[in-house]
Amino acid sequence: MGWFTRKKAAVEEKPDLWTVCPACKAHVYKEEWQAALKVCPQCNYHERLACTERLALLADEDSFMEFDADIRPADPLKFSDAKGPYADKAQQTVEKLKLNESILTGGCKMNGRSVVLGIMDFRFLGGSLASGTGEKIFLAADYALRHKLPFIIFSASGGARMHEGILSLMQMAKTCAAIARLNEDGIPYISVMTDPTTGGVSASFAMVGDINIAEPKALIGFAGRRVIEQTIKQKLPDDFQTAEYLQEHGFVDHIVNRAEMKDFLCRVLRYWKEN
Amino acid sequence: MDLEFEKSLVELEQQMSELEGGSDNNQQLNSQVTQLKRKINSMRKKLYADLTPWQTVQVARHPERPVLRDYIEGVFSEFIELHGDRAFGDDKGIIGGFASIGRQRVMLIGHQKGKTTEENIACNFGMGNPDGYRKALRLMKLAEKYNLPVVSFIDTPGAYPGLEAEARGQAEAIARNLTEMARLEVPVVVLVTGEGGSGGALGIGVGNVVLMLSHAVYSVISPEGCASILWRDGSKAPEAAAALKITADALLELGVIDGIIEEPVGGAHRDHAATFDAVKTEISQQLARLKKMSARRLVEQRFKKFAMLGKFDNRKYAVHR
Ligand SMILES: [Zn+2]
Repeated sequence: MGWFTRKKAAVEEKPDLWTVCPACKAHVYKEEWQAALKVCPQCNYHERLACTERLALLADEDSFMEFDADIRPADPLKFSDAKGPYADKAQQTVEKLKLNESILTGGCKMNGRSVVLGIMDFRFLGGSLASGTGEKIFLAADYALRHKLPFIIFSASGGARMHEGILSLMQMAKTCAAIARLNEDGIPYISVMTDPTTGGVSASFAMVGDINIAEPKALIGFAGRRVIEQTIKQKLPDDFQTAEYLQEHGFVDHIVNRAEMKDFLCRVLRYWKEN
Repeated sequence: MDLEFEKSLVELEQQMSELEGGSDNNQQLNSQVTQLKRKINSMRKKLYADLTPWQTVQVARHPERPVLRDYIEGVFSEFIELHGDRAFGDDKGIIGGFASIGRQRVMLIGHQKGKTTEENIACNFGMGNPDGYRKALRLMKLAEKYNLPVVSFIDTPGAYPGLEAEARGQAEAIARNLTEMARLEVPVVVLVTGEGGSGGALGIGVGNVVLMLSHAVYSVISPEGCASILWRDGSKAPEAAAALKITADALLELGVIDGIIEEPVGGAHRDHAATFDAVKTEISQQLARLKKMSARRLVEQRFKKFAMLGKFDNRKYAVHR
């Protein structure tokens, strides 16, 4: 008991020095962790990023022009659960994150090449897909279509936002309809799945890229692990629903490390006829 | 089977059958029976006109409610089932094939539920596997080739959450259907007959017209699932059912569906024949209307319909960004 207390005290002395890797529990200097783009040098675990952090790794300096920044949740069902009204929860999230929806969209340059980007942010109500999210993806895809620019979405989401009920579900059809139009016009659409990409997001725009890319070890799947275990009453393999498992089963083209992502995307886009 | 909220009706019905049983053509007794009958009918009418969302869920899941096989018998004059996804197997939770409704030939697809436990195990309780969604897409593409309208019947608790389903790409199969259905160059008429369970329902639900039976439900998540997540208590399903807005009336108001087919008093399970008549009439009318539209117009109309869905706030705010 005494030992435990002493150890705890020792950590509290320098609380900001170390990052503990959630995957392998390695202690890494915070500075080193940041310099490695929040990737564990021991086990290659890729920590979740805020959409702005992700953007900084992708867009050429000062090239980003945000789309539809004003779109935010409207509480169409006047939804309220055990924790209170959705409207309050959404408002608090907006204020805390200084972000209006679960996705950031806009146009930018990547190594001098113009693209349209969508970057989801898991911090915003679990990156959930709601009316505003769907509209922003729809409008960004429409911009890509009109300007003949490649469209890239970085997904990070637990699925549809229950608080907007059926309207959230319908965003799956809406976003896929937008992607379908890009397919028809020969505009590239690349999906990058980051940790986690599950539920209604995996079962819509995230899974129908011309090329599906994933970050290492990202959780990707349709149904939740617990629901599956309860249904089939057996233990699931450890690597179940990881990026590597998805690649092994034929649903991910390439697993790409964070540090190489921007260059990889640019290399791939060189194969599009317009370039 | 009687539902919990129908208890008072059941008691009256028992009284009535007792009276009927004892009757030796006694006039006074006969008039009592008639009166009771009238009373039961008007009570049932009132009860069903004002079901709570959770009661509606019970009706939508009623074991005697018509399932796809019943509709195939009662609404369509011919059905030639087409099996398999040409890649893995033949899913039993989603079936399809050529079908005739009146003088109209269509491609029918739909979730298949059973009535007995045995039947339900055989068709996986109407929960599609990836192979089911891929079979449905294959049939829709065939419909496009043959210029046949697609009619899709939805009745599922959701897509199957299983190990094999994940390994074979449940997410990809549904996502692919959503993408392909958006550009299908033939009319697509969708009818939610019972449970519209989340992505598993939507995976065959992108239509030019989306209809619901009056006591069907359609939801992003089951009320039980929502309650266990947002209330941390599965028994709060009635609250969740109300909050999620899953009934036909609510969905019509939100613009998610285009029309409601009224069920007979007391629900579709009480009068299959009347339900089939109503379904046949409505679907035939929708098909006749959509037949007049060009392929281009059909794609355009379906695209716009789904593009419109969603409610968000986009007023300018001074504070952020
Ligand atoms: Zn690690």
